[in-house]
Amino acid sequence: MYRSHVLVCGGTGCTSSNSAAIIEALEAEIKKHGLENEVKVVRTGCFGLCARGPIMVVYPEGSYYSLVKPEDVPEIVEEHLLKGRIVKRLLFEEFTMDDIKSLKETDFYKKQHRVALRNCGVIDPENIDEYIAYDGYAALAKCLSEYTPEQVIDIISESGLRGRGGGGFPTGKKWSFTAAQKSDQKYVVCNADEGDPGAFMDRSVLEGDPHCIIEAMAICGYATGASEGYIYVRAEYPIAVKRLEIAIGQAREYGLLGKNIFDSGFDFDLHIRLGAGAFVCGEETALMTSIEGNRGEPRPRPPYPAVKGLFGKPTTENNVETFANVAQIILNGADWFASMGTERSKGTKVFALGGKIKNTGLVEIPMGTTLREIVEEIGGGIPGGKKFKAAQTGGPSGGCIPASLMDTPIDYDNLTAIGCMMGSGGLIVMDEDDCMVDIAKFFLNFTVDESCGKCTPCRVGTKRLLEMLEKITSGNATLRDLDKLEDLCHYIKANSLCGLGQTAPNPVLATLKFFRNEYEAHVVDKKCPAGVCKALLSYEILEDRCRGCTACARKCPVGAISGNVKEAHTINKSLCVKCGVCMQTCKFGAIVKR
Amino acid sequence: MKSIEELMAIRDKTRKNMTVREDTGDSKIRIVVGMATCGIAAGARPVMNAFVDEIAKRDIKGVSVLQTGCIGMCRYEPIVEVTEPGKEKVTYVKMTPEKAVRVVNDHIVNGNPVAEFTVGAVED
Repeated sequence: MYRSHVLVCGGTGCTSSNSAAIIEALEAEIKKHGLENEVKVVRTGCFGLCARGPIMVVYPEGSYYSLVKPEDVPEIVEEHLLKGRIVKRLLFEEFTMDDIKSLKETDFYKKQHRVALRNCGVIDPENIDEYIAYDGYAALAKCLSEYTPEQVIDIISESGLRGRGGGGFPTGKKWSFTAAQKSDQKYVVCNADEGDPGAFMDRSVLEGDPHCIIEAMAICGYATGASEGYIYVRAEYPIAVKRLEIAIGQAREYGLLGKNIFDSGFDFDLHIRLGAGAFVCGEETALMTSIEGNRGEPRPRPPYPAVKGLFGKPTTENNVETFANVAQIILNGADWFASMGTERSKGTKVFALGGKIKNTGLVEIPMGTTLREIVEEIGGGIPGGKKFKAAQTGGPSGGCIPASLMDTPIDYDNLTAIGCMMGSGGLIVMDEDDCMVDIAKFFLNFTVDESCGKCTPCRVGTKRLLEMLEKITSGNATLRDLDKLEDLCHYIKANSLCGLGQTAPNPVLATLKFFRNEYEAHVVDKKCPAGVCKALLSYEILEDRCRGCTACARKCPVGAISGNVKEAHTINKSLCVKCGVCMQTCKFGAIVKR
Repeated sequence: MKSIEELMAIRDKTRKNMTVREDTGDSKIRIVVGMATCGIAAGARPVMNAFVDEIAKRDIKGVSVLQTGCIGMCRYEPIVEVTEPGKEKVTYVKMTPEKAVRVVNDHIVNGNPVAEFTVGAVED
């Protein structure tokens, strides 16, 4: 029996800031002090507060240490673990020694409700017993012993669970389509090809709680009549892949995967397939084509995967986060799940918070929480006192929510109604220094790169869209181009083969809708209001402020600044590359960007 | 594994070893062991481990064993304080692993503080 457990985050974020070295140092120090039989070190999944990583939590006190460095470890072991004195200087600000707060009381965690992430940062993902300790595989046992496949589907349908990959299709309905098919072989596929820039929800679930996906896939197999499953995961997620492999091995060893599970006559086994990095493989038909060993290209629907999916057999495909909810719904009941969220969007949603926000990280909130609560309360607001401009949701397939709609309760239907979309959960916060045209251009650049090229509207259309945006940001566009841009967006949406093309124009349409004035400023005034688009910028030296210190002239990489010592300098605009170094160098505020 | 009973057995066994990770809310009994240099020198470590083991052995829920620094009466170390919401704090002094077992039995389980081990008994 260990009197103390030290939990260290082993997610990708904290691992990249050296949490592996921290664990190593911890184990060595604990041994040095002879505490190895009293203190247990656990490598967990993501705690969510990635901005403050590496995170370490020491129980039973529940001390939440943030920004821990390997050098801090000897002090933590000697003071805290040996003598019981909490190392105050490393505590996350919201904790104080006199008033040890529970994690749930902090601003970051208080409004969160962790269902999909319930075990992340709580259990050791490489230890199946710890998953079982928190009722792991009990849902599978319950399904196999108490429910018929139809009853399982009914429970999922009644819960109101909808696809978390972005589409929002009712999960119970999806399962019932596959279940209704007659076939000698059916499949379950887990889509873990998370590709949106800035999104890491699925990765964190796989890293922190891989068994919950295995269990849910087995439940889905039982409900739909499938005996085999595939997890298609990005090769760029090495920690997730490793933990999945370990988890599948342990589940097989315990007989929770394989033949005749719980002596019920139900067989189920899983395979992992690695994605080679094509964004289009996150589209369900392209993903299945890729698993089959072919080039990852989408195919026309119908037939839908439920009828003719993987290897031509009926297939149920769900996203990681969707599966992460399943076992909890079976254990706690459909009513429990349906009691969270809004009328037509039940449960919670995980968001990866990024961009101009203090608490970068992973948050899980009940549906219906407003963007304002996410940004200002959970996210801790925008650094540097800047003004919130918009939040981008759903990555390259999504849209943006402007400041005026910050109080919209977030759910599938509300976001669609304002011309945005839920997406898979990437949430990028932008402030007054971000140019919305430039953001649209960024995402178009991405889709042009990632378009598979199979259908013309997407292959050629996105390229033309990008060229138009470049024309706008370089100051060469006319107002007619804006209309053409909008027309082309609608054309691509209507005619593309798969979700990639059908949603690729969304970032343009959403920014056009809410920030048309910014587009017009680029086109009519030839100005970039946020000061981002280089072609529309110029740097100037204010004569009355310049002291002639020559600092800027010495720093300028292209020698565009000239002038005599103690006299006002000037910038030669034909040489200037608009890098902004002079402005950063000037101590007198004499250089301005226009 | 072929039965749900086997699964539940693993669950209960592992869960018991993980209770230390559960939230230390206000509604719990806290056993605080003085673990400054004076406490450790007087033998606080085996005392603390005796508490941890005994609570695990009896599978008592809602009790956390915590460490603290010097309580200030070094000559009475090892000192253990037991706090329970709504009740007065009980301070035990000159503790041993054997005394710890009795405190768990009489005080934690049955609700009768062991008067003879308390600081009041020693000082009188």
